[in-house]
Amino acid sequence: MSEPTHSHPTPGLYLVILLALVVGTCLTWGIAFVDLGKWNPVVALTIAVIKAVLVVLFFMHVYYSSKLTKLTISAGVFWLLIMITMSLSDYLTRTFLP
Amino acid sequence: MRTEKMRRSPLSTSQTTTTEHHPALAHQFDSMEQQQEASTFGMWVFLLTEIMMFGGLFTAYLIYRLKYYPAFVAGSTSISVSWGFANTLVLIGSSFTMAMAVWAAQKGYRKSQVWFLIGTMVLGTAFLGVKAKEYYDKWDECHIPGIGNQVIGKPFNAWGGCSIKDTSLGNIAEEIRDPNKHGNPNIPEVAAEQTAKRTEIFFSFYFAMTGLHAFHMVIGLGLLAWLLLRAKSGEFGPSYYTPIELGGLYWHFVDIVWIFLFPLLYLISRHQHGV
Repeated sequence: MSEPTHSHPTPGLYLVILLALVVGTCLTWGIAFVDLGKWNPVVALTIAVIKAVLVVLFFMHVYYSSKLTKLTISAGVFWLLIMITMSLSDYLTRTFLP
Repeated sequence: MRTEKMRRSPLSTSQTTTTEHHPALAHQFDSMEQQQEASTFGMWVFLLTEIMMFGGLFTAYLIYRLKYYPAFVAGSTSISVSWGFANTLVLIGSSFTMAMAVWAAQKGYRKSQVWFLIGTMVLGTAFLGVKAKEYYDKWDECHIPGIGNQVIGKPFNAWGGCSIKDTSLGNIAEEIRDPNKHGNPNIPEVAAEQTAKRTEIFFSFYFAMTGLHAFHMVIGLGLLAWLLLRAKSGEFGPSYYTPIELGGLYWHFVDIVWIFLFPLLYLISRHQHGV
C-alpha cells in the first residue's frame, strides 16, 4: 500500500462525499417503504455500512493516515464484529426463538 | 565513566534538542508530525471504546428485536420517519461543515474555519431541536416506558399530563386486567398486554440509544464552542491544527452512530405497516 502524497482531501472531494451520503440517505429512506421481506434490514444496513465507510475514510482522513491507525481501527471493528456475530449466533440457535 | 559521557551526548538530532520549536510542541515528541500522529492514534483508541459501548447497545437491540419482533415493529413504526430522515440530512451536513473547518484550519484560513465551526454548531443544535420535538411527541402519545404508558392500560402518567391520541399500536390500550387470564397468551387481551409490555422494551432501547447519542452531541457542541474560541484567536494553522482535527474525529464518530441508528430504529420495520 503506497502512502498518498496529499495529507488531506480537497473541498471538492468533500462535496462529492456529501453528495454520496445524501444520495445514500434518500435511497435507504425510499427503499424502506418497499416490501423486500427479510432483505429490508440487509439493504438498509448495507447502505449504512457504505455511508459509514465513506465518512471514516474521507471525513475522518483514515484513507490518508498511517498504517498504525488503519490497523488499530481494523482491529477495533473486528472486535465489534466478534461481539455481534458471537452474541447473535448464540441467541439465534436457542430454542425459545422461532 | 563511559555511560556518563554517553548521557551528555544528545539523544537525537531532532527539534527537541534545539532551543527553538513550535510553542504547541510538547517536549516528549520529536516533531509536530510525530505529536499529531500520536494524538490521532490516541483519539482513535478512545473512539474504538465508544464504538464498543454503542456496539453493545446495538447487539442487545438486535437480539430483543428478533425475540419480540411484532412488538418492535409496532414501536418502530410509531416513530416519525420523516423527522428521522430530516435529522440524518442535518447531521450529514454538519459532518461536511466540520470537515471543511478542519480543512480551513489546515490551510490557515482563520475566518472560514470560524464560520465552518459556527455552521457545524448551528446544524448540531438543529439536530437536537428535532430530537427534542420527537421526544415530546413520544411523551404526548404516552410512549414513555414505565410512566403510565397508554399501551399497558394506564392512560395517565405519573404527573397526570398524558393526552391519548395515538392508536397506531393497534388499540391495545383497551385491554382489561383480569387475574384469571393472567399469563395465557391464547387469550387476545393477554396477548395484547404482552405485546404492549414488549413495546415498552422497544421504547427503552429507543430512548437509551438516541439519548446516549444526543448526550454525545451535547458534549460535541461543548467541544466545538471551545474550538471556536481557539480558532478565533488564530491558534490553528498549517503547522498546528491537531485539536480541531480531533474534534472533527469525535463529531464524525457521532455522525456514524446516527447513520446506524436511523435504519435500525426508524427504517427496517417500516414496510410492515406502510407509512
